[in-house]
Amino acid sequence: MSRTKSPYPYWFILPAAVIFTVLFLVPTLASFWFSLTRWDLFSVEFIGIENYRQFFREPFLIQGLFNTVIYAVTTSAAKTVLGLLLAVLLTSGLWGQGFLRTVMFFPVLVSTIGVGITFTVLMHPTRGIINVALAAIGIHGPGWLTDPTLALYSVVLVDVWKGIGLATVIYIAGLASISPEYYEAARIDGATRTQLFFRVTVPLVKPATVTVVTLSLIGGLRSFDLIWAMTRGGPGFSSDVLASVIYKQYQAGFYGLSTAGNVILFALIAVIILPLTLWFNRKEVEL
Amino acid sequence: MKFARGSILAAAMLALSSSIAHAGVTLSVLIDTNPESIASLDVLTKAYKEKNPDVSFDVEQRAGGSEGDNIVKTRLATGEMADVFEYNSGSLFQALKPERTLADLSDLKSEADVRDIFRKVVTGPDGKVRGMPFGPAMGGGIFYNRKIYADLGLKVPKTWAEFMANNEKIKAAGKVAVAQTYGDTWTSQLFVLADYYNVQAQVPNFAADYTANKAKYATTPAAMRGFEHLEEVFKAKVSNADFGAAKFNDGLRMVATGEAGHYPMLTFGIGTIQQNYPDNLKDLGFFAQPGDDASKNGLTIWMPAALYVPANSKNVAEAKKFVDWVGTKEACELMAKAVPSGPYLIKDCNLPKDIPQAVADMLPYFDKDGGTAPALEFLSPIKGPALEQITVEVGSGIRSAKDAAALYDQDVQKQAKQLGLPNW
Repeated sequence: MSRTKSPYPYWFILPAAVIFTVLFLVPTLASFWFSLTRWDLFSVEFIGIENYRQFFREPFLIQGLFNTVIYAVTTSAAKTVLGLLLAVLLTSGLWGQGFLRTVMFFPVLVSTIGVGITFTVLMHPTRGIINVALAAIGIHGPGWLTDPTLALYSVVLVDVWKGIGLATVIYIAGLASISPEYYEAARIDGATRTQLFFRVTVPLVKPATVTVVTLSLIGGLRSFDLIWAMTRGGPGFSSDVLASVIYKQYQAGFYGLSTAGNVILFALIAVIILPLTLWFNRKEVEL
Repeated sequence: MKFARGSILAAAMLALSSSIAHAGVTLSVLIDTNPESIASLDVLTKAYKEKNPDVSFDVEQRAGGSEGDNIVKTRLATGEMADVFEYNSGSLFQALKPERTLADLSDLKSEADVRDIFRKVVTGPDGKVRGMPFGPAMGGGIFYNRKIYADLGLKVPKTWAEFMANNEKIKAAGKVAVAQTYGDTWTSQLFVLADYYNVQAQVPNFAADYTANKAKYATTPAAMRGFEHLEEVFKAKVSNADFGAAKFNDGLRMVATGEAGHYPMLTFGIGTIQQNYPDNLKDLGFFAQPGDDASKNGLTIWMPAALYVPANSKNVAEAKKFVDWVGTKEACELMAKAVPSGPYLIKDCNLPKDIPQAVADMLPYFDKDGGTAPALEFLSPIKGPALEQITVEVGSGIRSAKDAAALYDQDVQKQAKQLGLPNW
């Protein structure tokens, strides 16, 4: 590969570089330092790796980590599968397709906190409309957000409802880029509709799948706002994820400790997403 | 270069604006959103403006709880704090590093009339007083519905066993016996925190030993009783069906209107009931959380919040003048009239004649010698941040009292280490 000289001078990158350095690089590096200190905003004292030790001793950290992975995997899987199905449905020439696409996308535009508060009201164990409706047909509804075994999954449900529009839109774009000739050729060979879906659509929509899985997995791993708005990690600690554990340390005024938690979260996301992206990219080359 | 020019411009504008405003001064004030705080500050600023027409106020509200702690700490650390701000006394006050961030108020004339019990909880490690009481002292105990008690012929309990017996009778009458509101997690801590009078009645050295890492909740039976009470109430199934989702205001409504017989809470709830259910105020009674021994019955009390002046405020002199006035008998009685929900901590500052019944129920504890004890958070800098999650677990039957006490000890250890206390 020969290196052709760029027609643009290097200082063109200066504005972007300054913003990136000041707002991203410096705080990131500073956080590595602060994670090694006892920091109460007024004074800083170096205490080595004590914060990391403390963070891993957090009684609910293991459950929080476990919950984080469950949350990320279930939301990501549901968004990928349902998003693809919805995208196929909404590109099949359905009546009112344009309107339905808009409706589908609408929850994405609403504020997450607003969605969280609304669903908290809807899921109230005795007065919420969901359980009132269930009671009308003779079913005693569960405490969606107050039952410790159910709370996390109730939030997952709402997260999927809210995020699926984005996955669908990405898939619609992916489907549009598949040349109709493939379908024609397959049909002439006598492929059924199921075969068309699994043998033509799914493989060829792979770039969109990669995007959806990566985005929703990262989103799920660092998700915080919806969980905080709906359960605050509760009841007790039963729906705590890594981000809410970190936030609670920050709330308690343990700024060094919560920074250490953030460094751990950063590492966790990198460890999961990096190999995943490499693997996806290799597959893409093979295709 | 650009920056320098910008800051010169800013300085010039600042100089200009301060010369225009020379005739008057605007004091910025930061308070929380509790209706009682708002009502108190309102009467104070109105009266002060009448006496000092050249002073005006710019009042700003902030969230309460740990979110409020963060706002206050961050604004103090960055030098963005209002000229006067309201914040908790006791351990939370100590966490502000008062000796570095707050103005010394010990030379104010009115400090001499502030009761010693309060002056202690706003004194920094350097021995200087830095706060002025804002609002009444509060009791932590149990609100009860007087109508239900009269209808069922119940007596105010002096022991925990009597309390549980009353609960059974209220439940048998088809009412909720104990309102619980874990939708606001902080409300779940009351049975543990308000039990402190009973803890110190049995273990007088608990606060000192606990701070010195010598006494633990899990190994001190008297201290563990609070967690056990919470467990007993859950097991007796005497609470509202929606206890996991109900909120603070639901609890107050239930006990005020007679949906529920009891609601464990701090007396600052009286102000909200006065505002939202004025017709039910006469049905609302209050008693201290009973312990095991009827002869040692007393009330755990919370000191009010205080007004503070940040050391680097632009208007320190004017702010101190205002705070000095807040400590006078005249200002205090204005507050007492607006918010008569507990005794005030300024000498000779009397409550109005016409006080809510629940306040009248609380005053005898203050009049009796040794009838009250400050909550643990005013005696020790350590309060574990996860207590409210742990008490929700015990109160919802997720965790046993014994496990909870041990887990809370771990949480306390973390707090002590983060504070950098010796012996931990």
